[in-house]
Amino acid sequence: MAQRLVVIGAGMASGRALEELFALDPDAYDVTLFGAEPRGNYNRLMLSPVLSGEKTYEEIITHDAAWYAANRVTCRFGEAVTAVDRARKVVITAQGETPYDKLIVATGSQPFIIPVPGRDLPGVITFRDLDDVNRMREAAAVPGAKAVVIGGGLLGLEAAAGLRMQGMEVTVLHLMPHLMERQLDPAAAYLLQKELERRGISVRCKANTHAIEGTDKVEGVKLDDGTVIPADIVVMAVGIRPDTALAKEAGLACGRGVHVDDRMVTSDPDVLGVGECVEHDGMVYGLVAPLYEMGRVLARTLVGEAGAYRGSVMNTKLKVTGVDLFSAGDFAEGDDRDEIVFRDPARGVYKRIVLRDDKVIGAVMYGDTADGAWFFGLLKDRTNVAEMRDMLVFGPAFQGGTRLDPMAAVAALPDDAEICGCNGVCKGSIVNAIKTKGLSSLEDVRAHTKASSSCGTCSGLVEQVMAMTLGDGFEAKRNKSLCACTELTHMDVRRLIKSKELKTMPAVMQECGWKTSCGCASCRPALNYYLLCDWPGEYEDDYQSRFINERVHSNIQKDGTFSVVPRMWGGLTNPSELRAIADAAEKYNVPTVKVTGGQRIDLLGVKKEDLPAIWADLNAAGMVSGQAYAKGLRTVKTCVGTDHCRFGTQDSTGLGVKMEKALWGSWTPAKVKMAVTGCPRNCAEATCKDVGVVCVDSGYDLHIGGAAGLHVKETVVLCKLTAEAEVIEYSAAVIQLYREEAQYLHRMYKWIDVVGLDHIKERVVNDADSRKALADRFYYAQRFMQKDPWAERAAEGVHAHEFKPIAEVA
Amino acid sequence: MERVMSEWVDIGALEDIPVRGARKVRTPIGCVGVFRTNANEVYALVDACPHKGGPLSEGIVHGRAVTCPLHNWVIALDTGLAQGADEGAVPTVPTRLENGRILIDRAAVTLRAAAE
Ligand code: SRM
Ligand SMILES: Cc1cc2nc3c(=O)[nH]c(=O)nc-3n(C[C@H](O)[C@H](O)[C@H](O)COP(=O)(O)OP(=O)(O)OC[C@H]3O[C@@H](n4cnc5c(N)ncnc54)[C@H](O)[C@@H]3O)c2cc1C
Ligand code: SF4
Ligand code: FES
Repeated sequence: MAQRLVVIGAGMASGRALEELFALDPDAYDVTLFGAEPRGNYNRLMLSPVLSGEKTYEEIITHDAAWYAANRVTCRFGEAVTAVDRARKVVITAQGETPYDKLIVATGSQPFIIPVPGRDLPGVITFRDLDDVNRMREAAAVPGAKAVVIGGGLLGLEAAAGLRMQGMEVTVLHLMPHLMERQLDPAAAYLLQKELERRGISVRCKANTHAIEGTDKVEGVKLDDGTVIPADIVVMAVGIRPDTALAKEAGLACGRGVHVDDRMVTSDPDVLGVGECVEHDGMVYGLVAPLYEMGRVLARTLVGEAGAYRGSVMNTKLKVTGVDLFSAGDFAEGDDRDEIVFRDPARGVYKRIVLRDDKVIGAVMYGDTADGAWFFGLLKDRTNVAEMRDMLVFGPAFQGGTRLDPMAAVAALPDDAEICGCNGVCKGSIVNAIKTKGLSSLEDVRAHTKASSSCGTCSGLVEQVMAMTLGDGFEAKRNKSLCACTELTHMDVRRLIKSKELKTMPAVMQECGWKTSCGCASCRPALNYYLLCDWPGEYEDDYQSRFINERVHSNIQKDGTFSVVPRMWGGLTNPSELRAIADAAEKYNVPTVKVTGGQRIDLLGVKKEDLPAIWADLNAAGMVSGQAYAKGLRTVKTCVGTDHCRFGTQDSTGLGVKMEKALWGSWTPAKVKMAVTGCPRNCAEATCKDVGVVCVDSGYDLHIGGAAGLHVKETVVLCKLTAEAEVIEYSAAVIQLYREEAQYLHRMYKWIDVVGLDHIKERVVNDADSRKALADRFYYAQRFMQKDPWAERAAEGVHAHEFKPIAEVA
Repeated sequence: MERVMSEWVDIGALEDIPVRGARKVRTPIGCVGVFRTNANEVYALVDACPHKGGPLSEGIVHGRAVTCPLHNWVIALDTGLAQGADEGAVPTVPTRLENGRILIDRAAVTLRAAAE
């Protein structure tokens, strides 16, 4: 007589396992199949196309009534198993007991619901079974309905795309900095997000859900930052948990999932497990490929044949029509591994293959995934790819194909992209002039179009446009690239950020064809500055791309302690500030107190943990960070001027204070030092500062481009002015022009060497509109920059993680 | 030398470290830097650069490496070896990531203290 096999769970794993079993021996068992859902086995993966309307439920049924009948499966659908009595070998449901000889636990997973207030409100839906899909489709049928999807992983994004196709207004909230962080790197995630946004789905990363709001049903989602997003439904797609409740209750050994051995047998020899509910060798799986492999082994075990499950390597695709994305294996970076990155900015393609010891260990692709299966094959077979390394990234068809194109970024620019910012010349006009006028040298192009005729920083790009248009007829000069991650120069990248409106670091790296996946310690701080400068109020400062001093707003010392320099506006101080500094020095055991060369006081040797506290004390006395660490305004040195000095011609101290108050806080390509000196005797050393003011009887000489560091540079006079307000406006305009045009880490004098003093005079002195526009942009940016970084950290707890160890191990 | 069994101690959640960032752990052998890469991997190194003892946990994390904040040596997070032309190494501390929690090997941060 056949043995009795009872199966708990009519899901994807049990469906496949039964097929494998019947193929091996159709008569070995009489099968009873329990399913909590009121329906038989169907293809759960395909719920996404059912949601979007691309498929119907009928089309995704995997096993129908005829199949169950042919294989003599007793179906008990809509009947949940509530307990297992292993001693008596029966399973228990509301309808009674069913005896077994062998039992399969295939209960799958439970969607995880984040424990926020409001999670029980009607309208909070998970995405696991057909009922969920029906609920979502019902909500979507109401015109103008809004959905918030919590979770930007595989499931969440398929839900979002489906709901959007159903006409809903959709917002995706994702806790991590980029979408699908477990399957994608930031570069691929950038392309994905761009595509979803193009479809009208709004995406918010780093969004932490605070509460789901509503009285008797969902009305909105409130984030940690206080924003409320209105919603008629909230789809919770933050993850799954193996459903082990029944197994645990029955006393089977469980970890994260039900423990099974290589033969899929649990801690009870008569009970087997398969699918998402099991844990094998420390791993639990959430995709079907491993479950199929498990099913094959389980069937062999049931009929007494040898078989062993050894774990699975997986790959991922996102099932959103029109989105091509593939990821497999381990795609983290590392020194023991090599990466090959290919980007085609024009087609929106990104491919990254990760190699170790000449073998593929991981791959991420976006935009063109045709070769995904081929790479996955190389990965699983551990094929040695040393021979084909050079052309590997182009896939099997191209062994011998094209090379990476350093001009791809320029080729991808639309015709109306601005190449020359000074003269407003776009790519189309340059191409047009070259073609119609038969131009072949940079000088000719400059003469006819004006492109690169002012500051000249776009020359590199103009040459690339020429090379692209003239083909082999023109050899672009190879200027020094920003770093090994790109062929482009600093200035090329700056122009592209503007003309393509690139507003995030992954966007820059993709659209400029970066050769690495996430940059290096040279390009990241530069890009962070460029983005911050070009998109004030929009770009979010990436502190992980900043050097330690700027990250924690103090100078690191050789012993790992820090120095603290409060601002002393124009070098002025008073007894109460001095008292507060003295008190702080004592309270925090500051070993050295020194007067700096910048007319203020340095507290050297402060422990990192003490920084927020010492800042709080200094803040309480009215002092703010002197930014003695910043690529930004350091000090404005002044002399005593007309207040006291017998030679003073103007109020140099007062003007210095005003300048410092107007200009502090701004980030610049390199540090900016200023001074205002009361007469040409120059006690404040204004003629070796980035911006220096020399007061004279008739008014003010505005000097720029001095330095006294590695190279001693005397300033040049930009212009003569007559009023304090003018001095401040002109200074703001010069600094803004420097911010917009200079290469990262170039002090002002180096920028002047590149663009020429005439260009600066043209923009700041001769053209009042231009000057005003520059100053306006500067002050607009200052609205976001003039926040005391110490106060934010001392009082508001910004970046609290920086200032204390994560743990102590005794 | 007495063999100390490896014992994993929970030092915090992955989220406690910024992506491409680091935190310090105080241990009997001094500070240990715990690093989180762009790919959400976690590594730990004794927090002293092989050059002049710079606090590596204050450096910029890129790829699977950190650039020392004092003089820009680049140290591999997985091997502790100085990269490029520079020569030197810093001891690594085994770590594990389980359910979003970071564990480090207690033996590795107490061994040498005990052996002294
Ligand atoms: C504290 C101070 C020395 C002092 O005790 O007086 C100082 C200290 C440092 N200077 Fe300076 N400089 C100080 C005034 C100067 C001056 C004089 C001045 O500003 O009038 C100069 C020459 C003027 C100039 O910059 O043109 C100066 C030229 C430099 C340079 C070379 C810059 C250059 O472009 O060549 C560096 C290196 C750099 O910035 O890359 C530097 C860098 C440094 C750093 C930040 C080195 C570092 O990166 O760790 C030092 C930090 C020490 C610390 O831990 O706090 N320091 N440094 C002065 C702080 C002024 C302030 O109140 O903010
Ligand atoms: C929308 C969606 C899209 C997906 N897309 C993909 C994809 O593209 N690629 C991929 O590889 N994977 C995908 N997955 C994951 C894949 O569907 C699962 O890995 C697979 O379904 C797991 O199979 P399972 O049999 O272990 O669990 P399930 O298919 O969940 O089956 C378990 C069944 O057991 C029932 N059950 C639980 N407890 C009891 C009980 N006590 N009594 C009776 N019955 C019970 C449940 O109701 C359920 O029907 C997707 C999943 C979803 C939800
Ligand atoms: S001159 Fe400046 S950088 Fe050099 S040791 Fe002195 S403080 Fe440091
Ligand atoms: S101490 Fe690290 S590089 Fe010098």
